[in-house]
Amino acid sequence: MIEVEQLTKRYGSVKAIDGVSFRVEKGEILGFLGPNGAGKTTTMRILTCFLPATEGTARVAGFDVFNQPMEVKRRIGYLPENPPLYNEMTVDSYLDFVARIKGVDSGERKKRIGEVKEKVSIQKESQTLIKNLSKGYKQRVGLAQALVHDPEVLILDEPTVGLDPNQIIEVRELIKSLSGNHTIILSTHILPEVGMTCQRVVIIAQGKIAAVDTPENLTRQLQGSDRIYLEATGPEGTVAGKIKEIEGVLRVESQKLDGSEACSYSVETELKKDVRSRLARKIVESGFDLLEMRTISMSLEEVFLQLTTKEEGVHGK
Amino acid sequence: MKNILAVLQKELKTFFVSPIAYVVLTVFLIIAGYFFYNIVTIFIERSMMAMMQSQQFGGPPPAMDVPALVTRNFSGVTSTVILFMLPMITMASFADEKRRGTMELLLTSPITNLQVILGKFLASLTFFAVMLLPTMIYYTFVFVYSSPKMTLGPVLSSYLGLLLLGGSLISLGLFISTLTENQIVAASITFGAFLILWVIDLAARGGGTVAQEIVSYLSILNHFEDFSKGVIDTASLVVYGSFIFLGLFLTYRSIDSLRWRQ
Repeated sequence: MIEVEQLTKRYGSVKAIDGVSFRVEKGEILGFLGPNGAGKTTTMRILTCFLPATEGTARVAGFDVFNQPMEVKRRIGYLPENPPLYNEMTVDSYLDFVARIKGVDSGERKKRIGEVKEKVSIQKESQTLIKNLSKGYKQRVGLAQALVHDPEVLILDEPTVGLDPNQIIEVRELIKSLSGNHTIILSTHILPEVGMTCQRVVIIAQGKIAAVDTPENLTRQLQGSDRIYLEATGPEGTVAGKIKEIEGVLRVESQKLDGSEACSYSVETELKKDVRSRLARKIVESGFDLLEMRTISMSLEEVFLQLTTKEEGVHGK
Repeated sequence: MKNILAVLQKELKTFFVSPIAYVVLTVFLIIAGYFFYNIVTIFIERSMMAMMQSQQFGGPPPAMDVPALVTRNFSGVTSTVILFMLPMITMASFADEKRRGTMELLLTSPITNLQVILGKFLASLTFFAVMLLPTMIYYTFVFVYSSPKMTLGPVLSSYLGLLLLGGSLISLGLFISTLTENQIVAASITFGAFLILWVIDLAARGGGTVAQEIVSYLSILNHFEDFSKGVIDTASLVVYGSFIFLGLFLTYRSIDSLRWRQ
C-alpha cells in the first residue's frame, strides 16, 4: 500500500532523513518509533505531500507523492502532531468544512460526519466550539477529521501525546479497531505504545532506519541470549556454582533477597536453549528449594535504547 | 468551484465570529457617516452662499451639482479610509492558518493552492462589500431629497471603483499575510505598503515630468478618481485587473514555496 524507497530530505546541509526505505501492506498498522528529531514527522510530511523529498520516491496506493499529489491526498487521512483545528468553529461545522475540501459528496456528507463522530465518540460535542474542548476531545476531533473521507491510508503523528491515561487507552483501542479497513502509520516515542498497537515497527534514529520487524521479533533478535529469573534457598555461592555447571548457561548474577534466606539469580543462557527443566532438577537435587522461576523477555524499551545508542556509537566514530 | 466555495464559506464564518470583523465594520461606518454628513453640509452651505451672492449682485445662479460633488468627495474619502481598514481584514487570512497549523490541513487536502487563494480572496472581497453596503443608505437620502433627481451613474461607478481598488489592496494584503505567522506583523507591513502606495500617488499628482506621468498611470489610487466622476476607463480596468492578478500570483508563489522553505 505504501512503498518508500531511499527517501532523503535535506535541510540545507543537514539530512533530516537519509535513505529511508520501507513498505506497508494493506490493512497493517506500522509503528514509527524514534526519539524526538529522528525524522518521523519529516517522513510523514513527505508521505502526505506536504513536503517534497530531496531524493528518493514514495508511493501511496500506487501513486507517486510528487507526481500525483492529488490522487495521494484523496487517499490519505492525516493527523499532524498538533491537530489542525479552527477554534472558533463548532465541531459540526469544522467537520463539514473538512469533508468538503476532502471531496466528500454533499449527499453523503451528513452521514459520514455522523459516522466518524460516533467512531471517536464525540456526538455530544457536535455543537460545541472547538476552543472549549479539552485536549483529549480536540485530539478526537483531529482523528475524526482524518477519517471523514474514509481514506485508505491513515497517517497519525503522535496521536496519543498529551492525553491522560484513560484517553490514551481509548485512542489506542480506536486505532486498533481501524486496522483492516485502513492502512495505518503512526509515530510515537512511547515504546509500550508500539508493542500494544502495531503489527510492525520501524525504528528510526538520526534519520536512518535502525530496524524493521514485528515488536516480538525485534525483542528476540536483539536479545542475543535468553534470560531466566529464579529464586532459590541455600547459600548464594553454592547455588550459583551449581547453576553454572549446567550446559548452555553463560552467566549467573545473584542477589540476596531482603527478609528471607533465599537469593535471586538472573541466569543468562544461550539463545533458544531451554534449560529450565535441567535448572529446576539441579537445584532440587542439590537439596535446595526452588521458589520461583520465569523467563525474562527484554522490553521494547531496552531494545530501543540498545538500537539507538548503538547508532550513536557508530556516528561517534 | 466547490472547493473555492467551501473555503469562501469557512472564511466568512470565521470572519463573522471574530470581534475584529465587528470592530472594523463599526469603526468604518462611524468614520464614513461622519464624513458623509460633513461633505453634504459643506456643499449645501456653499450652494446656498452662491445662490445668495447671485441674488445680491444679480446675474444667473451658478451651476452647482451638489449630488455629484458629494459622490466624488465621499468616495474619495472612502478610498483613503479603506487603506486603514483593509489590513485588518487580510491580516489573518494566511498568517493565522500558519500559526495554528491548519495550513498543513489545507496543503494535505485534495484541493489546489489556487482554490484556497481564490476562496480567501473572494471571502475578503465579500466582507469588504458588506462593509460598503450600509453607505448606500446615505445616497438614498441624497436621492430622495435632491431636485432635480441625482443621476445614479457616478454612484454606481464609484462603488465599482471601490470594489476594484479594494480587490487590488486585498490581493496585496493576502500576499503579505503569507509571509509571516503573526497577524500583527502582517497588518503592520500591509498598512506600510498601502501608505507607500498613497505616498506614490501624492508624489505623482504634481504632474509635469515624464516620470510623474508614468507613476500616475501606475498608481492605483489615481485611477480611482475617474470612477468617482462616473467614468469607466478601460485603462483603469486593465490596471486594476493586472494589480489583482499580480497580488494573487505572488500569493500563489509564496504558498507554493512554503513547502520548499519548511
